[in-house]
Amino acid sequence: MKPDSYISHLELGEKDETFLDSNELIINMGPQHPATHGVLRVILKLDGEKVLGTECVIGYLHRGVEKIAENRTYTMFNPYVDRMDYVAAVSNGLGYCEAVEKLLNVEAPPRAKYIRVILTELNRITSHQLWLGTHALDIGAITPLFYTFRDREEILKIFEKYCGARLTTHAFRIGGCQYETYEGFEQDVKKFLDFFKPKIDEYEELLTTNRIWVERTKGVGLISGKECIALGVTGPVLRASGVRWDIRKAQPYAAYSDFQFEIPIGQNGDTYDRYLVRMAEMRQSVRIIEQAVGGIPEGPIMAKVPKVLKPPVGEIYHSIEAPKGELGYFIVSDGSTQPYRLRVRPPSFVNLQALDMMVRGQLVADVIAVIGTLDIVLGEVDR
Amino acid sequence: MLDYITSYLRSNTTPGQAGNIFWAFVYIVLIFLGLSIAVIAMNWLERKILAHMQVRLGPMRVGPHGLLQPIADALKLLLKEDIMPAEADKAVFWAAPLMVVITAFTVFIVVPFGPTHAVTDMNIGILFMLGVSSLGVLGIVMAGWASNSHYPLIGALRSSAQMVSYEIAMGLAVVAAVLMTSLSGIGVYGIGGSGDGTGTLSMIGIVQAQQAQHVWFIFKFFPLGLIAFFIFAVAMVAETNRAPFDLPEAESELTAGFHTEYSGFRWSLFFLAEYSAMIAVSSIAVTLWLGGWMRPFPTWLSGETWDLIFSLFPAATFLLLALIAFLGTIRMPKHPYFRIQTLGLGGFAVLLGLIGLVLLIPDVRNRVQDIYWFSIKVAGFMYLYIWYRGTFPRYRFDQLMKMGWKVLLPMGIGVLILTALVGVL
Repeated sequence: MKPDSYISHLELGEKDETFLDSNELIINMGPQHPATHGVLRVILKLDGEKVLGTECVIGYLHRGVEKIAENRTYTMFNPYVDRMDYVAAVSNGLGYCEAVEKLLNVEAPPRAKYIRVILTELNRITSHQLWLGTHALDIGAITPLFYTFRDREEILKIFEKYCGARLTTHAFRIGGCQYETYEGFEQDVKKFLDFFKPKIDEYEELLTTNRIWVERTKGVGLISGKECIALGVTGPVLRASGVRWDIRKAQPYAAYSDFQFEIPIGQNGDTYDRYLVRMAEMRQSVRIIEQAVGGIPEGPIMAKVPKVLKPPVGEIYHSIEAPKGELGYFIVSDGSTQPYRLRVRPPSFVNLQALDMMVRGQLVADVIAVIGTLDIVLGEVDR
Repeated sequence: MLDYITSYLRSNTTPGQAGNIFWAFVYIVLIFLGLSIAVIAMNWLERKILAHMQVRLGPMRVGPHGLLQPIADALKLLLKEDIMPAEADKAVFWAAPLMVVITAFTVFIVVPFGPTHAVTDMNIGILFMLGVSSLGVLGIVMAGWASNSHYPLIGALRSSAQMVSYEIAMGLAVVAAVLMTSLSGIGVYGIGGSGDGTGTLSMIGIVQAQQAQHVWFIFKFFPLGLIAFFIFAVAMVAETNRAPFDLPEAESELTAGFHTEYSGFRWSLFFLAEYSAMIAVSSIAVTLWLGGWMRPFPTWLSGETWDLIFSLFPAATFLLLALIAFLGTIRMPKHPYFRIQTLGLGGFAVLLGLIGLVLLIPDVRNRVQDIYWFSIKVAGFMYLYIWYRGTFPRYRFDQLMKMGWKVLLPMGIGVLILTALVGVL
């Protein structure tokens, strides 16, 4: 096999000219591979089954979202952010809308904030469900995938009823929400919560004490809290390493300061802890939604914003806790209707950097487990 | 000539022993057909059962309840383009699936479906079976090597390593069972256990030994038989590369493992071989530990009445299946769009019912009973295979090795030694 031009730190060893020809094996995992969650390409350098090093090659799903933003007005760009992390479109929209609101110096009315929290937390549950299903599938347990997709459907139905779309929802507008909640929204959400609570136990029953699952995930893909911070890793991966950092608590946005919830953390920073943290997060999300849906205040859903958005000259960075970690938007405004520059800080992209550190010295099967546990979405990595 | 054909019917040995080539050929054809049908049925059942475990319906479109799906799939595979990678080792690439499929079918020569229902009865039957079935791994290694591609290569490596580690534990468990044929003693805790011991390696002999000792070997020298059976039951899953030990073809890691580069008919040969290998090892387990063709409780529930009741089971099973199919026919939507499907399902119900009725004829039911009990026990194992697949994640390579060498192997040696000791005492 010829060395690939991409391989930088994976330099090939001296070619062994003996009969056995025993140099390392370089294999190409992806971009078409069932377990790379999209079009991630990982070049693996293997010694038998042991991983000596990895190199991620990204960009197969690059659409130039940040550049597109420079040629669209603030309002027009809103639907584009849904296409980055397409399994957590609501979170993306929330981050963008809040960033622009901050830039414009407007604040969404309380009712809109509550609706935003409910939908975002529902979206966090769908994102974690999708993660759980695919992660378990990668490790070989095929059944949880169908269970999670069955329950995810119920949330998507609520989204569809609310804004007509299931995945790329475009649920929020700059300054609030476009749609008033439909008749029976609260009942639907409450019904879903009652339906969903036992389902989390069902997922846990399938996996948490499953001997093979524990063996496959405990001690796999270790990363310490310090390393996480050094690499900028955020979200459940950071929390599973024992760092209590959640932007919903640290820098509350939307209406999160009104609700009681805990930040689940792990101790070991391995795949099993990340699994437990995400499962606990689903329960916390349920708790937040329960509080929010009971107390949606009356009032307008849209703040007073001008028809043509022309934010003052300046720059703003606003970040939210997306299901995968810190999702930040950095917007530079030159006073026109279009952003001068828009930069997205995608959690998946930053978290993916930890892959190499987490899999070195482990086995091929662990690479799959770690890619799954990092919970990356290539739409967001490549943008 | 006619005499040559009919004379065998009155004998009570296998065609191979009777030296009757005609009937041996008939048996081979019957086993081949039966096995193919079993693989097709298994394919459908696996998809259906797995689907129902996973809150979905499985195949529903081709034929009533997707009954024709395996046939449609087989047709599709036959019609696919035959692709051979340019860099592949042509001869080996061609030979590998044949190697796998031939070994998978050859083992059935000695599988005893009944005291006379086997192609032949070798005095080294179990050795032959283990030997030939482990040759199949060679085919897998050949396939992985000849593809000249990385994923298949890793799959092949995993497969050979897996075979080495599990074959030994499996062999030890088998030796324990063979030892039990010669140890007639009640031992310290044996249940039943009377009659003389006959040391034998013949597949039919092993079942006859269980018959003579009035005990299935799974219960003999409790719990030794059970442990040996457990070792075998784990090792046989690893041996056939099925979940949770499906590392050589680990879909999410190695795309499709050793058969990544295979497609169309060649791939279907691997598929066929995998399923017939599953049936083969399950038959070994049934023969060695679960009393082969014997009906349940031959000692406790003996006597003419019980014999009659148990001999009605095959017919009852088919009639029950016919009833289920018939109820399904009634419940079909009454729309013209479904007319052909409804007719098909009804026809299927009638076919099953007819088979059930034929099985009520005394001569037939007495002759076929053995095959029925054997198949039911094997089917139980097949269900277990599907169940494992629906439940377990996949083991990692090193964990698999640890399990083979550090758990199953010492257990196997221990069981073997204890069996010998207990038998002599």
